[in-house]
Amino acid sequence: MHLLTQPVGVSHFLVVGAVLFISGIVCMAVKRNALGILMGVELVLNGANINFVAFSSEFLSGGSPYSLGLDGQFISLFVIVLAAAEAAVALAITLNFYNNHATVDVDRADELKG
Amino acid sequence: MNVDAINWHTFFFLLFALFACGFAIATVVAANIVRMAMCLIISLGATSGLFFLAGADFVGSMQLLIYVGGTLVLLIFGVMLTAQGPFVSLKTGGGDWIVAVMLSGCLAAILIPAAFTVADWRNAPATKVHSEHAAQAGGAKVYLTSTAEEHADEHAVPDWTVSTTPGDTNGDGIPDAPPKTSTPIGLGLLGARVDRLQPGPAGLKAGMSGYLLPFELVSVHLLVVLVGAAYLARTKRRARPKM
Repeated sequence: MHLLTQPVGVSHFLVVGAVLFISGIVCMAVKRNALGILMGVELVLNGANINFVAFSSEFLSGGSPYSLGLDGQFISLFVIVLAAAEAAVALAITLNFYNNHATVDVDRADELKG
Repeated sequence: MNVDAINWHTFFFLLFALFACGFAIATVVAANIVRMAMCLIISLGATSGLFFLAGADFVGSMQLLIYVGGTLVLLIFGVMLTAQGPFVSLKTGGGDWIVAVMLSGCLAAILIPAAFTVADWRNAPATKVHSEHAAQAGGAKVYLTSTAEEHADEHAVPDWTVSTTPGDTNGDGIPDAPPKTSTPIGLGLLGARVDRLQPGPAGLKAGMSGYLLPFELVSVHLLVVLVGAAYLARTKRRARPKM
């Protein structure tokens, strides 16, 4: 059980971010519900946020000169705000689509196909 | 195993990481949209716990407030407003799942080894373990410190050295406690970087590294997006001829 006695570094956080990113990509790929696709986008943005926070943390990287410092936390704050805006406008589009088609199945949204 | 040898920072990291990853995967495999939303709430809450563990207390609390408290409530309202009939199912076909699992396997094979190949990220720093009850008992705050070199020999019990000065950095520039970040972030959003008081690169003048312009852009963007969302989602009034 030497996993519990060793300190965590940036790599461990990157693995968690990678798992969230892959989950979000798969969620965007397989879901037919438009809100499920939105949830996949949220997962991808959170994976990116974990990476930014891990790179910004001097506590994790041990005073490395390549640490982002506080800039990574600023970027993750902007990502959170932009994700909120994206969720609001995508939800409005989904509601509009539901009003017109009485479904949220994205396979039905094929009126623009060539 | 020896209970004293457990690094509690690592323990809570593993706990939160397990919750975040497990419920993210549960979000993908769940077929019910309400269950997906619940799994996503738990996953993002555990992610904010990871932010606290990384020393980003302000970002962690903003994650809880904005994401879990705002964005996911918005998503759940969307789930409730677009409720499907009881016999409508939006199942995914088997072929899509096979392609998606292959895609996720390829992405994992790229990303997870990449996280461990860079030596600067792999090397874990010296750990600081805080002993709160010892501080309460002794009156003075006692910090138990240990360095990474002592962890290299995994069979030896780490040699904890007690220091009573809260500000010492153990000579390697690593702070004992993560610094409080809300004041530097608030000032940085107004353009004053108090965390970078030393002069930066030559091409970058003082004050150019602040985040005042992105902050204003994001606020105007949020206003425009919310007005646009309200415009898009309004109920259509049918143009009905009078009489």
